[in-house]
Amino acid sequence: MNFPISGLEISPAYLAVTGFIIGVLGGFFGVGGSFIAGPALRAVGVPWNIAVGTDLAHIVGKSIVAAKKHRALGNVDLKLGFIMAIGTIAGAETGAQLIELLKRHGNVNLVVSIVSIVVYLSISSFMAWEAIRTMRSKKSAPKKSVLEPKADETSFSHITRKIQRLHIPPMISLPASGIERISLWAILLVSFVGGIFSGFLGGGAGYIRMPSMVYMLGIPTHLAVGTDLFEIIISASYSTLSHAIKGNVDILIALVMHTGAAVGAQMGASLTEFFHGPKIRLAFVPLPIIGAAIVIYTMVSGHKL
Amino acid sequence: MSEKTRFAKSYLVELVVYAVIVAVYFILVLHFLGDWLKEIFDKNKVIYAVVALLLMLGQGVGLEITTTWLLRFIRRRTD
Repeated sequence: MNFPISGLEISPAYLAVTGFIIGVLGGFFGVGGSFIAGPALRAVGVPWNIAVGTDLAHIVGKSIVAAKKHRALGNVDLKLGFIMAIGTIAGAETGAQLIELLKRHGNVNLVVSIVSIVVYLSISSFMAWEAIRTMRSKKSAPKKSVLEPKADETSFSHITRKIQRLHIPPMISLPASGIERISLWAILLVSFVGGIFSGFLGGGAGYIRMPSMVYMLGIPTHLAVGTDLFEIIISASYSTLSHAIKGNVDILIALVMHTGAAVGAQMGASLTEFFHGPKIRLAFVPLPIIGAAIVIYTMVSGHKL
Repeated sequence: MSEKTRFAKSYLVELVVYAVIVAVYFILVLHFLGDWLKEIFDKNKVIYAVVALLLMLGQGVGLEITTTWLLRFIRRRTD
């Protein structure tokens, strides 16, 4: 079927199934799935700049629903969310401008491909390391002890303490997240870096921002998930507008992809009832590698899949 | 019926019904909106950006309501 905005011939079934897979992954693993969406769009000939913008547009639709559910559970720190949205928007705009710069130089596809491969492989390595470490510590722990979410905090707590001790005014408090004092700049920096990844590689960049919020700022994990989703609505909406104005969004592709994602997300969330533990995180490891493999294939062969 | 079988059955039915709804929706959206959106895209990118975002927000809320209702309805029937 022809998509008149980008002028591409893509099967709507392929887009809906891709959206469905991303939705299931999002619901099951709690990630946006941009490491699959970007390469999947690239594989059918969508240029990187349009793949990035279109993926961001489809994330807006997905995150509304998820954030609504987390808000009902009390997992959203609104103050933190609004502050982070400012940093993310600034970062996303920087990322989008980098894309524009590369577009002008005519090497957007090559540079974004290389960066995406590095990022995806790094995510896989980190997740594998973290899951294996957690499983080992679980084995060595007394039988009755349940895997505590604070286990990771302990190994990174020295970094968290150092960041929270930084005295760069203005200092603010985040009562909802249990943080007495933290520099506003620390929050803005973390969200800005996440925003650059979001604007440059597409997606919500939760794979960067989520661990940063937990390990660097010291936000409790469940609040980090909910707050991240809330701020993604604001920042991804802004990024969608920004990329669309630059001609990088094919909204028809995004709408078709989202039809699959909507039902997939619900299914993925329900599946978590039947699976538990760090093995889920270990199962996640091959996914970014698949994304990287698709990008490498597209680069090397120069052909669509 | 075990919980897993019930889960699989209700989602399978939901997928089939949802696929029909989505197929009709594709035809309507791509047929009626395609050319109109292309025209806005070529003429004014700012208006296109706003329309695109509103469409995505609208579909996000609309499909959430549809899937939630569909699943509740099917689960009631399969119980």
